[in-house]
Amino acid sequence: MKKSWSVILSILLVFSFVLAGCSSDSSSSSGGDSGKKSGKDDGKGATLDIFSWWTGAGEEDGLKALIKLFKDKYPDVKVENAAVAGGAGTNAKAVLASRMQGNDPPATFQVHGGAELNEGWVAAGKMETLDDLYDKEGWKDKFPKDLIDLVSKDGHIYSVPVNIHRGNVLWYNKKIFADNNLEAPKTFDDFFKVADALKSKGITPLALGDKEPWTATHLFESVLLGTLGADNYKKLWTGEFKFDDPKVKEAAETFKKMLSYVNDDHSSRNWQDASQLVGTGEAAMNVMGDWAKGYFSNDLKLKANEDFGWVTTPGTDGLFMVITDTFGLPKGVKNPDDVKKWLSVLGSVEGQDAFNPLKGSIPARIDADTSKYDVYGKQTIEEFKKASLAPSIAHGSAAPEGFSTKMNQAINIFVTQQKVDQFVDSLKEASSELKK
Amino acid sequence: MEPVKTSSSLERESNPLTIKETKRKRPLLTDGVKAILCLLPSIILIAIFVYGFIGWTGYVSLSNWNSLVPDFSFAGLKNYAYLFNDFRFQADLRNTLFFTLFFIIAVLTSGLVLAILLDQKIRAESLFRNIFFFPMALSFVVTGVVWQWLLNPSTGVNLFLKKLGMAPKWYTSVTIIPGIEWGKIEFGVPVAIIAVVIAAMWQMTGFSVAMYLAGLRGIPDELREAARIDGASEFQIFMKIIFPLLMPITVSVIIIMAHISLKIFDLIYAMTGPGANFVTDVPGVYMFETTFRGNYYANGAAITIIMLLSVAIFIVPYLISSRKGGA
Repeated sequence: MKKSWSVILSILLVFSFVLAGCSSDSSSSSGGDSGKKSGKDDGKGATLDIFSWWTGAGEEDGLKALIKLFKDKYPDVKVENAAVAGGAGTNAKAVLASRMQGNDPPATFQVHGGAELNEGWVAAGKMETLDDLYDKEGWKDKFPKDLIDLVSKDGHIYSVPVNIHRGNVLWYNKKIFADNNLEAPKTFDDFFKVADALKSKGITPLALGDKEPWTATHLFESVLLGTLGADNYKKLWTGEFKFDDPKVKEAAETFKKMLSYVNDDHSSRNWQDASQLVGTGEAAMNVMGDWAKGYFSNDLKLKANEDFGWVTTPGTDGLFMVITDTFGLPKGVKNPDDVKKWLSVLGSVEGQDAFNPLKGSIPARIDADTSKYDVYGKQTIEEFKKASLAPSIAHGSAAPEGFSTKMNQAINIFVTQQKVDQFVDSLKEASSELKK
Repeated sequence: MEPVKTSSSLERESNPLTIKETKRKRPLLTDGVKAILCLLPSIILIAIFVYGFIGWTGYVSLSNWNSLVPDFSFAGLKNYAYLFNDFRFQADLRNTLFFTLFFIIAVLTSGLVLAILLDQKIRAESLFRNIFFFPMALSFVVTGVVWQWLLNPSTGVNLFLKKLGMAPKWYTSVTIIPGIEWGKIEFGVPVAIIAVVIAAMWQMTGFSVAMYLAGLRGIPDELREAARIDGASEFQIFMKIIFPLLMPITVSVIIIMAHISLKIFDLIYAMTGPGANFVTDVPGVYMFETTFRGNYYANGAAITIIMLLSVAIFIVPYLISSRKGGA
């Protein structure tokens, strides 16, 4: 008899522990009891969790510098760095999607400006507009207009850009080019001349590492931009310019020709491994965003403009494939005022100059202090002011994630099979989802 | 009902004392109720978090939820139809088929051979046992990263093989043998999958060695000796006595390996990714990318349901037969 009672008791105990676990969890996540009791949830005591995938070498330092700056200004706000590592943001995006759909959004989160923000979270009705913050801070003429368009939908602004990366950069090994009396190519014709010359010397002309297919997409989008020009390239995403246009096919042919100059083991390498080939002189050129500069100078200890050089990818002089990390304010957070404080620090000259030199990107504001940036940064800041901006596909700015995923798949097949018509068809098929 | 009543009344008449005893000792809860109470928490949790969510996934796979905004309108089998017409999914099915086949054969044969060698009453047997079993202690992600470098065409084992005049392309090969046009893909054995099979086999062989070794030790020596006295050769003893007696072990290993290989994700994700032209892609990787990168939730759910069904093909007959066998 005693035994059976002890069984019941222990079961009850287990249940009550489970219940207790649930209830304490729910109270802590709803911003503390005090807020609930007073009936006015002013968010006191709620932590400001900053969600990002900045866990790599320079970017984590940049984020920490930003958080430090914020803490100096607002010491009474509790800040939590809720970065999720891995997969170039893929893992973080998966966590973010489940948090957003479970109505437990982080206070603020990293999102690429463009379709990833506008067609994703804004279209899903999950974001608050930041028009009043932009008015209050007087930001509307501090960021380039093209950039503000990238974080706006239907005339409302939804996020604050922190940095700018350039996608259409061709990195090259200066020593190889000097030894062979070659000039960095400006057009596709130049590129193929240079590539042939290198190939005859037994040097791999172009390094590619498409173990993760987005790097091949990255190469293709720069070819696409170089072939179409900024206007037609942008019209692809609104449906005004069709994917079955002969120009797109021309770009695919050029891309195919480029692929005949890449290293054999491209599918076993990631982008760092491909950049390394250029750094160590096994390959001559590489198309990658300007985060590769951080890899060259920090990881490989190479000197900018001495060991490695850069030009815009063929045909994209004066064009700027823009990748911008932004932060926004999700609906349903407990402490929107704290989030706005954070966003105002992010958008300030001080904030941008604390973050970007460490991350290796350039500031999104046009009035930042250029003296804090290296030789590449200074040059890019100048070019950014004049260039016309084009959104990147590989990094989610041009089209919704669904399209980029399908495009990555089509490109992964194309790199091996090299059937141009089939490739253009699959792009056309995927683009039918764009106009919603 | 009737005979029970008579028997109990009989008992009562014959021995009133025992009845008093049983009445007093009759527990508050019978064993059955106790068992249910004890199992209830886990039954509830499993019902919700396993079967409930399997059902939910099945429901999502029939919906139109293919963007960030949930859309539960009924789509019929549209997502399944899309998948079976998709180049990538067809390639996944081909890769899974050959991966599973080669992986199981490789693990069974290498496990059996090593177990027999270990069973020869050798010195330092436990040392070898531990060496073979050690890779099992690693996670597939570690195995994947290590073998990614070992089988990298420009480093790793190729540095030796180049001296011998060979330079296999391992997992970067895009060759498919024989490569018959079938649906949208070329059907045949993707050469790249062999590199993955080697890595997976390296990790899981220890498991089948342990299983087979336990099985070999369970076979009484009398059987072998009797056969020897009857004049059977060692090979005959193995083929006619040992191997049939190891059949239950073989079946268990096949079932366990099949469900690992049909659901494989981490090894491929860490080692090769989808591969050029999707030569090393598997449904698990496709599901992850399409769901969490592309936000095609319904398509992803459909992939998982297909994976569940493919595992069920192996597991259900096994469960049925083991129930019959147990009863």
